[in-house]
Amino acid sequence: MRHIISILIENEAGALSRVAGLFTARGYNIESLTVAMTEDKTLSRMTLVTHGSDRVIEQITKQLNKLIDVVKLIDLEDAVHIERELMMVKIKTSRESRQEMKRTADIFRGKIIDVTPYTYVIEMTGTSAKLDSFLAVIDEKSIIEVVRSGATGISRGEKGLHL
Amino acid sequence: MELSGGQIVVQYLKDEGVEFIFGYPGGAVLHLYDALFHQDDIKHILVRHEQAATHAADSYARVTGKPGVVLVTSGPGATNAVTGIATAYMDSIPMVVISGQVPSAVIGSDAFQEVDMVGITRPCVKHNFLVKDVKDIANILKKAFYVATTGRPGPVVVDIPKDITDPSVKIPYKYPKKVSMRSYNPATKGHSGQIKKALDLLLTAKKPMIYAGGGVILSEASKELIKLVETLGYPITHTLMGLGGYPATDKQFVGMLGMHGTYEANMSMHESDVIIAIGARFDDRVTGKLDRFCPYAKIIHIDIDPASIAKTVKVDIPIVGDIKSVLKEMLALIEEGHNKTNVTALAAWWVQINKWREVNCLEYNRESRLIKPQYVIEQLYEVTKGEAIITSDVGQHQMFASQYYHFNKPRRWINSGGLGTMGFGLPAAIGAKLAYPEMEVACVTGEASIQMCIQELATALQYETPVKIINLNNRYMGMVRQWQEFSYESRYSHSYMEAIPDFVKLAEAYGHVGIQIDKPEEVRPALEEAFALKDRTVFLDILTDRTENVYPMIESGKAHNEMKLRVAIDTPINRELA
Ligand SMILES: Cc1ncc(C[n+]2csc(CCOP(=O)(O)OP(=O)(O)O)c2C)c(N)n1
Ligand SMILES: [Mg+2]
Repeated sequence: MRHIISILIENEAGALSRVAGLFTARGYNIESLTVAMTEDKTLSRMTLVTHGSDRVIEQITKQLNKLIDVVKLIDLEDAVHIERELMMVKIKTSRESRQEMKRTADIFRGKIIDVTPYTYVIEMTGTSAKLDSFLAVIDEKSIIEVVRSGATGISRGEKGLHL
Repeated sequence: MELSGGQIVVQYLKDEGVEFIFGYPGGAVLHLYDALFHQDDIKHILVRHEQAATHAADSYARVTGKPGVVLVTSGPGATNAVTGIATAYMDSIPMVVISGQVPSAVIGSDAFQEVDMVGITRPCVKHNFLVKDVKDIANILKKAFYVATTGRPGPVVVDIPKDITDPSVKIPYKYPKKVSMRSYNPATKGHSGQIKKALDLLLTAKKPMIYAGGGVILSEASKELIKLVETLGYPITHTLMGLGGYPATDKQFVGMLGMHGTYEANMSMHESDVIIAIGARFDDRVTGKLDRFCPYAKIIHIDIDPASIAKTVKVDIPIVGDIKSVLKEMLALIEEGHNKTNVTALAAWWVQINKWREVNCLEYNRESRLIKPQYVIEQLYEVTKGEAIITSDVGQHQMFASQYYHFNKPRRWINSGGLGTMGFGLPAAIGAKLAYPEMEVACVTGEASIQMCIQELATALQYETPVKIINLNNRYMGMVRQWQEFSYESRYSHSYMEAIPDFVKLAEAYGHVGIQIDKPEEVRPALEEAFALKDRTVFLDILTDRTENVYPMIESGKAHNEMKLRVAIDTPINRELA
């Protein structure tokens, strides 16, 4: 199963490598990992997407919790949550294919944020699955570059991950 | 008080009550060594290799329960310490390792003797720190000791760049009394509801087993464990790391379990219906083949580290908490009257266990004209009246020591269980002897292992630590040879020792006493002589039967009830088994 784990970690040098190192050392897989400072400058927020059986996910959360720098974490899969990923795709376009490309982007609520005579850059947010399906419907040969942020997420309702 | 960074480190260690620093100097720690020069409260033990500093400090921690302290220089000094850090990590031993680092300004420039110590040690420490400001030293050291000694203990590295200890930069110093870390709150008390549930299950057992590991010793819970075992009347087995937690000579102790555990311990585990694991982690050397481990048992697991629970084996009742506190709570419930065990079933269970005992799985050929290693350990036990601290290296000799020296008290059996580090024994013996000069300390080793830290014979002379080295010299890497005999049709690929030094001369060259023997009747007198030489380190080189193997053995991929036993012990049950 795919799980999104959201982590609050001390904003210390090396904190990221402790998390990444744990995954390589114990053979867990990371699909994506995003890190940024929070409103509290002493804390970073990491969002980690991983796969594994329930047993493996339990070990992953326990091992992460065991890292001294980890303050708190939640497995977003445990409750209703919202997931978003940002993607930018640079696409080759010709006069003939432009309209079609714009329509497809619109269907996925994508925005064209850069235009040159032969290219578009389309910006899109959504669940990773939605971004995958957009990529699946456009012509593979037209893609010049895909940049994805990795998923982040937040739980719904009043509860939140904070100190 | 205005102090330099170097002085702060030393003053802090004094304030922390540190007795010994095990270390080795070098460029990056010269300021620190100068600060050490101006005091004599803390004794610095100069080892001959940084690996030995970590092993000696680790052993000091194992015998006393207090954290061991190590000081090494940057680069090669730091990397030499890594093996010992990993050794302590695997066995959850509290240790603080201070390593020098190149000056802050040149970090990252491949400066002379620069190595990323924080990066290299990350996977084998409980935590590590790089000190970036002299003002942080005291607080970081406080955190280091706190993290190392609380929760599941472990080694902590504090990497200090040279400029941070600069004698010309002085700042006010005060011992930080308190420490708080919002991200680190180790569990202490167990969940009362779970403890009650666990006891209820334990009391219904028809074939109960108590399986206790090193956590009992780390948590100082030996007394509570003994009480529990006595009140319930249940059989108990120990892991290699747990030995001494419960008295080995007591009749409720069925011996060590696992790969080289006793027949009765492994069979009881296999047949048991309720197992309570206490401070043990279901290591692969204990479980054998996982999917056939304890097929009939419900499992209760008490451990301070949540990540240890359900890591390899599914657990029915987990309890996260300090062993001592959890056992106390359980004993209180028992005293309140929750104490009705299934007496009839238990009696039948003991009949069965005693039948397994009759296999006499540790019996060996006592008529041999060659020295049997088992015999040496039995004699060592008698000569020291079972009261010595025994350190060991890694190999067959380690297993023989664990099987034939009956540890009746905790913190007497000092070995590298998790990492299995050859070279551990001698420095560990020195660390133990420094901690308890009045106790007998013997290092049970093999001719291969001892050569991995042999240089420490010099340390033993310098600090007058008269330990006894019991070298079970089989001219083989015996444990490797045994596996090759069993699994590789006796192709002894590079497992024999050629060009073995003359250990007697070698001991003498280092200023110690060397004795070599090769006949069974010499064993007892030689041991007596060695221990009679109260203030001398004695190297007893014992030429043993080269072909002896460690039994019983669970070969890899096998289950607990498929042990390989020593053949030719003629008892009715053995005939039945054959
Ligand atoms: C540092 C290290 N290298 C290699 C090994 C693998 N190993 C385990 S036991 C052993 C042989 C030990 O030989 P010896 O010390 O003579 O003990 P014996 O088994 O003969 O009693 C070896 C090489 C190890 N445990 N540690
Ligand atoms: Mg040998």
